[in-house]
This record gives sequence, C-alpha cells and structure tokens, in this order.
Amino acid sequence: MAALPKSDELFSKINYKPPQSGWMDTPAVLRDGMFCYAAKPKSVETLNLPYPREWNPKNEDWLLPENWKEIIYEGMRDRLNRFRTFKIFMDICVRCGACADKCHFFIGTGDPKNMPVLRAELIRSVYRNDFTTFGKTLGRLAGARPLTLDVLKEWWYYLFQCTECRRCSVFCPYGIDTAEITIIGRELLNLLGLNIDWIATPVSNCYRTGNHMGIQPHAFKDMLDFFVDEIEEVTGVRVEPQFNKKGADILFITPSGDVFGDPGTYTAMGYLILHHYLKVKYGLDITWSTYASEGGNFGFFTSNETMKRLNAKMYAEAKRLGVKWILGGECGHMWRVINQYMGTMNGPADFLEEPVNPITGTKFENAKSTKMVHIIEFTADLIRHGKLDLDPSRNDHLKVTFHDSCNVARGMGMFDEPRYVIKNVCNNFYEMPRNCIKEQTFCCGSGSGLNASEDMELRLAGGLPRANAVKYVHDKHDVNMLACICAIDRAALPPLMDYWVPEVSVTGTHEMVANALIIPGEKEKTVDLRGEELPGK
Amino acid sequence: MRLNDLLEQKKAAIVKQWFNMVVNTYSLDTSQFLKNQKDPFANPVGNTISQGLEPLFNELTKQMDQNTIISFLEPILKIRAVQVMFSPSQAVSFIFSLKETIRKNLEKEICDNKVLNELMLFESKIDEMALMAFDIFMKCREKIYEIKATDERNRTFRAFERAGLVAESQEDRLCD
Amino acid sequence: MNSKYMFSLIAVIVLISLAYVGVEAAGLQVIFGIVIPYMAVLIFIVGFIYRVMDWASSPVPFRIPSTCGQQKSLPWIKHSKIDNPFTAGGVIVRMFFEILFFRSLFRNTKCRINEGAKISYIWEKWLWLASLAFHYSFLTVLIRHLRFFLEPVPVCLQLLENVDSFFQVGLPGLFLSGAVLLASVTFLFLRRIYIPQIRYISLAADFFPLFLIISIATTGILMRYFTKVNIVGVKEFAMGFATLHPTVPDGIGSLFYVHLFLVSVLFAYFPFSKLMHMGGIFLSPTRNLPNNNRAERHINPWNPSVKIHTYEEYEDEFREKMIEAGLPVEKES
Repeated sequence: MAALPKSDELFSKINYKPPQSGWMDTPAVLRDGMFCYAAKPKSVETLNLPYPREWNPKNEDWLLPENWKEIIYEGMRDRLNRFRTFKIFMDICVRCGACADKCHFFIGTGDPKNMPVLRAELIRSVYRNDFTTFGKTLGRLAGARPLTLDVLKEWWYYLFQCTECRRCSVFCPYGIDTAEITIIGRELLNLLGLNIDWIATPVSNCYRTGNHMGIQPHAFKDMLDFFVDEIEEVTGVRVEPQFNKKGADILFITPSGDVFGDPGTYTAMGYLILHHYLKVKYGLDITWSTYASEGGNFGFFTSNETMKRLNAKMYAEAKRLGVKWILGGECGHMWRVINQYMGTMNGPADFLEEPVNPITGTKFENAKSTKMVHIIEFTADLIRHGKLDLDPSRNDHLKVTFHDSCNVARGMGMFDEPRYVIKNVCNNFYEMPRNCIKEQTFCCGSGSGLNASEDMELRLAGGLPRANAVKYVHDKHDVNMLACICAIDRAALPPLMDYWVPEVSVTGTHEMVANALIIPGEKEKTVDLRGEELPGK
Repeated sequence: MRLNDLLEQKKAAIVKQWFNMVVNTYSLDTSQFLKNQKDPFANPVGNTISQGLEPLFNELTKQMDQNTIISFLEPILKIRAVQVMFSPSQAVSFIFSLKETIRKNLEKEICDNKVLNELMLFESKIDEMALMAFDIFMKCREKIYEIKATDERNRTFRAFERAGLVAESQEDRLCD
Repeated sequence: MNSKYMFSLIAVIVLISLAYVGVEAAGLQVIFGIVIPYMAVLIFIVGFIYRVMDWASSPVPFRIPSTCGQQKSLPWIKHSKIDNPFTAGGVIVRMFFEILFFRSLFRNTKCRINEGAKISYIWEKWLWLASLAFHYSFLTVLIRHLRFFLEPVPVCLQLLENVDSFFQVGLPGLFLSGAVLLASVTFLFLRRIYIPQIRYISLAADFFPLFLIISIATTGILMRYFTKVNIVGVKEFAMGFATLHPTVPDGIGSLFYVHLFLVSVLFAYFPFSKLMHMGGIFLSPTRNLPNNNRAERHINPWNPSVKIHTYEEYEDEFREKMIEAGLPVEKES
C-alpha cells in the first residue's frame, strides 16, 4: 500500500516552523494585540517633550528626526554617566539564564525575546557596539550590533512588553534589574518621541488637571459626592469628605483610578467610610486634594524628570494645606515612587511632621523622612490596637486570596501588613502557592502603563501565570475574590479574571475593611457596597 | 474493537509524541522550557497542554462526550488564542498532529490493511474534534474582542454613568 | 554547528598553538615567560581598577534595592533583616550571603505539586551548585599556586593542600580542587550547549572564557600528574617573577609555557569582559543598599530642576468651576 501522506505535509502551510536563526538575525514582527497606540502629539506637547508628531508603529516610516542615531547615542552616553545601575547592568551580565523563565511575558507569550536577559541584550548589543573596546573591534563576535531602524523598532516593541515588575531581579545573582533597563530604554525612546498613548495622555492629563483621567476639580468632587449618596444608601450613614482643606491633620492621596473606575470605586468608598469612622470616633481630620488628586505616576514610565514633575504636587499641596503628614492609598507603582524616589527627588519634606498615628500613638519610624504612610500600614496599626470595630462575618460570602502587587512587593517589601488586615476583616483567606506570591509574585501583566485595551492579548498572555495560580486556589478552595492593594490591579485583573477564571472577582482591600467596619449610627446592613446581599441577611 | 486495543496499548507513546509535536509549534528554546519545566505554576502553558492531551485522546477512543472534550480543549485554546504568533489555523492545527502520530505508531498494522477502516472512522473523530477546537478558538477570540471593547467602558464609563457624569476630556479620548 | 562556540574554540586553540610553537620552535621563552605575564598582570591590575573606578564614577541617583522580604514597618511585624535590609549591617549580611553563597541563585523555590516537579527542583539547584563549585575550586587552585611564589610556604597553605588532597591516590596527591574545577566548568559549558534557552542567549564571549579555563585546568593537571613538570624549575621561575628578578630556568617544558600563556590571556582578558562581574557584584545598587528611603533621605547629585505645574496655575485655570462646586480657593475670582 502506498505511503500515507503525513499530516505535516498536508498542513505544511499551517505548521509553524520557528526561525532557526539567532536572535540578532530575527527582526521583531509587530503583531496586533501586542503593542499600544502611539502617543498623540497633543499630549507630548503639553509636557514639552521632544518630537511630538502623528506616527503609527505599523507604518514603515516612524517619522524619526534625521539625527536619531546620534540622539540615542548621546542619550546612552549621558545615562551611562548618570546611572551606575545602567553602566553596571550593561557590563556584568554573564547570561547564566537564571532569569530566563521567570518573566510572566515569556511564560505567557512563549516569545524568546521576552526572556529578561534577552530583553536587556537588545540594548546591551548596541551598548557594546558603541561603548566597549571589544564591541568596537570584534563586532558580532563580541555580541555587538549597530543601531538600525529594525533594532530601534525591536527596542520599542519589547520595552513596551515589560511591566517593570522586577521578578527577574530577585533571581539574578548580581541583582540586575530589567525594570531599570526598561526604564532607561523608555527614556531613550522618549528622546525620539516614541511613547505610547496610554502613558503619554495620562501623564499630560495629570500634569494639567491633577490626575491621569483628566478629571477637572468640580467633577472630582461630584464623583465623591456620588459615593457619599451610595454609602448612605447602603449604611444609612452620611459621610462628609473634605477637599483642599487647610489645616487638616492629614492629606490623603490615592490613584484617581479608584475614584473613576470600577471596582476601584468601591475601594474609594472604603476610604471614605474609614475616614468618616476615624473622624466621628477619634476626631481625625483628613482632607482630599483636587490638585494632588493622583497617587499614581505614569511619569515613572516616561522618564525620571517627568516622574519628578508629577510627584512634586504631593509635597507642594501638603505644604500649601499645612497638614502634618500624608497618607497614601492602595497603589503599586505609586508606592515604588514614594518609597524609592520621592524623598530623593522632591524632599526634604521638612515642612511636615514625622508621622505619628494620633489615635494609637504609633510612630511610623520607617517613614520619618518621606513623611508619607501607606494606608495599609495605617489600618494595620489601628486594627492591632483594637481601634476599629470590625465584624468580619459580613465578608463571609467571600473566599479571598491576595495578589501581591509587584512594585509594593519588590520595591518596598510590604507583605504581612495587607495579610494582617485581610485576615482581620474576613474569615476565609487562602494563599496562592509560594512561588507565586510575596517577592516571587507574578505580575498582573498590565503594569507600567500597559493596561490599554488595544494590547489586550499581551495583557491576557502576560497575566496567565497570575491567573493560573488564582485558578488553582479557586479550584481547590472555591476562592471567589481576588484582593489586591493596587489601582492598576483593580483595573487590569477584572478582564484577566473574566477571560481565565470568570468565577473570581476583584476587590481592593479597603473595600473589605469598610464592609466589615461597624460604623456608629449605621442602619442594619443588608447589602455590601456593591449592592450584593450579605450572608444571612 | 481492534484499533482501540492497539491504541490503548500504545497510548503512552502516542500521547507523548503528540505532546512533543504540540510544544514544538513554539520556537525551539521555548519548547524546551515547556517540556522540561514541570512546575505547573512556573509553566502554565506546558502544564495545561500536558494535562489536556491524554483525556482528549481517551475521549476519541470512547463516546466523544462533548462536555468532557470541551473542558479539556478549552484551557489549551484559551492560551493559544492570546498567543498572537499563531494564526487561527496554526492555533488549532495541533489536533491534526495526532493523525500523524497514530499513523507513525501503527505503520505496520496499517500496511497489513487490518485497521484501515477503523482508522478512517477514528480520523473522522479527530476531524470532529478539530472543528470543535475551531469553535472554541473563535469563542475565545470573540471573548477577547468583547473584553477589548468593554474594558474601558466597564472600568470608567460604568462608574461615570452611575454618577450621571461624563467628563469632557474622557469623552474626547473615547471618541478619538 | 554553532559559530559562537566554534569561534571561541578556535581562538583558544590558536592561543595554545601560539605559545607551543613560540616556545618550542622559536625559542621565545623570554617573551612567553617574562614579557607577556608581566604585561598581563599589569593589564589586569590597571584594567580592573579602571573599570571599578569607572563604575564608581557614575553616581547612584536613586536607592532602589530589590526587596525580597518583609520591610521594616510596624514594630510587631517581623522584619526580614537580610532580604530587605534596613541598616548598613543588614546590607553587609545580605552581600555576604550573595557573594559567598550566591543566595539569589539559590532562591529558586519550586513547589512540588505533581510528580516530576522534583526534576525541575533538582535541575535549578544544579546551576547554583555548579557555580559555587566552580568559583570555590578556582579560588582554592589560585591560593594553592601561591606556594610557588612564597618561601617558606606558609602553614595555612600547607593545611589547605592537606585538606585538598584528602583523597590521596598515590603520589603526587590528587588535588580535589583541580578535578572539581574541571568538572564544574565542563558542566557550565555543556549547559550552554544543551539547554536551548541558554544556547540561544549565549554569545561567543560566553564560550571563550570557558574554553580558556578548561584549557588552563587541563594543562595544569597534565603537568602535575602526567608529564611531571620540573617543580624546582617552576618554583625558581615563580620566585624570580614575584621578586621582580625574572629568570627562565631550563627544563620546564613547553606545556608550562602554554599554561602560563593561557593564564596570562585570562588575566589580560578579564577587565574587558563579563568576568568583571567579580567586581560588579559589590557595586550592584539593587543589592548593596538598604531599603530605608522613607526613613533616611538619599541624595541624587544631579537631581534635575524641572518645571512644575503649580497650584496657582491650576487654580487660575479652574477657579470658576471650583468656586461653583464649593471647593475652597486661594483667590476669590
């Protein structure tokens, strides 16, 4: 009998044969769903950043300035002189491969250029070519290659496929931090006006109106007033948020995403309820600001100068209002900026007092210079001293697991405080496996300004390792709520869950705190803040 | 059922080869990672594939229970639907790899013309499964587009609508 | 065939031939025994210092440690003092474990849920183990060589040798360190060849030092156990070298010059290559700084002055709307 045709012959057209060429010889193919739209010129102009123009990554011509190579070269030289990190990370990688399979984008997309080491090599190869003796003389053999348009496009494509989560840096024997390399790489791209719109427009909005969403002061207040009505409906208590109030004890700043987007809105209501509780019970005077109405900082994803420009508002507003210290809401990269950059960039904050919790007398020693305290630290301290009247059984319909946000995890190390708070406000808490949490936490896949809609495939693929771990606790313990302390998580995890584990919802931690909090004068509650019925009511 | 006996006998080898063919649709270095990294949390893609293929194979030898098949096909296709390096045909092509694996493993029996009829029937089942896979793939893609379309709306518009507010600059952005 | 490692292999073979022919045929003992080694040592010292000074000349604008444990916050929360150091002391301990025990490389914790997961667990430990074995055996070999440069040989060196040749197999005693060095460096090489991910990311510059070290270890072992190099001659040479009265004694064979030349190449190559990770690890800002930014301000020497959108500008733009919404303002219209 004649040999049967093999299916790979029949389907030779559809059998995906990977390129066998080395990575330097495999130019990046920009695939839809994996990248974000280009920055609109208007947003770039607002910030006076270079080369605003209409351009499209899909077009052959990126309308670069004529001397773009020189700009990149000068930019690299300048940054090598300004950042020891950059210089060392360019030089000392031995390509041991310990980081290779630690990146959620590599795990999810299977694209080898998403191995952290290779992402860095994209830039290192050009660095060697332009700045090292061996690279200049031996070229390819020393792992060097000249900067070409293809290389630049590859940079752009893959530097916007990194969420700067730092998971790889945990495993690197030299602490090489891909986030740092990505940050500097994106700074270089910004020198040519090559930002993405999902970052550039929030930055420009934040600069002008005080928050990423571009919400003007009156609308900001309207939105919080609306929350006041909602809260009254659920609890029977009318809370009274204060705005731009001079002489308040504490200035409260949180990401605007929580004021304007679900399910962050419920977290924002949680803050309002907590603030109200502390005012009624202990006389604590907390104010919001419409000018500094953004905790998040997409400037961090643009350049360190832009980050500084946006961050400066926090201290400026605290000074103007004459508060004692600043309380910060739940957010990821906001807290990396506050913890590792703010004091350096915009300090010293000598016009503020060293933060003390006036209710418990606890001194926040770890924040005595920057004078900004994380609301989870604050709430944990209140709970520890028995200052909150909590009924965790109100959250009995929830089986909760906790997602450590990358920036808070690896740029700060806040692990036990949120767990302490969660365990005190709900009765059913289950951890995901150890290599998916705490310092080894997997990113939501949408950090560092990549939470747009047009790159949804990238986000869903990058979020797969996280979703996979959630699915595990869902299958095993029937977990139905994913708690987090990050506004980008609250925006990014719902679609991720919707796709991979639709049975699991997403909540901010202070939403659960507020639901468990027994507010003086409250009516018999039958529903939670989301209007969902409470167990046994 | 002679063919089924044979398949049962050679199941381990066939499923293993099938698995290798599926992960080989990824680039070389990635496929090695998918094969070798056994930790399900460090390697959800490889793990999902390896968990799914054997039950799928079992169903082909049995009654082809639709729900069971979907429950194992779906996790694999969900992943391939977000991995945009695959075209739709590439994404579902892994089902057909089973045909080649079986033919290779039963070469002797096929040449002896003993199981050919049964094999043709069996291959129709594989085709059927491939069609199901395509349906699931399309459903996943539709889901992605739905998420894309409603993501922004769910996040901001819903909250705005509840509050009866729609701010100007936000409107600008959405209309762009 | 992989051009990356073929190139490196050929380069090392050429180097070996160069030394062999140079000594054997051209009689260039003075060049290979005196001139090149001195130059190599000079390049190494000057180059190493230059590179470290060059790194150090770039400031550390931000204090950005990767935090791998619980931060110091409230007094009742257990602080992870090593993985998330708050003080200089904590940093020193962290660096100590990082440098001496490759703690980060060890960190790969794999949970074992299904069968087989055990394999990945063991596999991950191999890289850590091989690196550790490689670096420590190299260090031991290096220290052992000091016996050639010192007279009398210090007691501690004798002791080290006794431990190292614990498994005495006839005479001369077999040094464990040499065997471990060769085995571990071979493992690191095979890893680059056989794991596709690692092969994909490897450069010629990753293979070259491996081949070089393999050749150095092999020539060393050959001399000691097989060709039985003239130890007295070598010692005479080394003492002369160390006391800056170099001589070229007779009867130490070309193999010695090959060995010496390869070591010289390694020394000279060192400062220009990734081998500088030896110095770099001490300066890595994600590891050598405490996570205490919020308690102690870090200074950025080039902290840029930037244009800020002030509250006044903001209020000027939105004043009417703010007044209408009942928000307090600084200037009434």
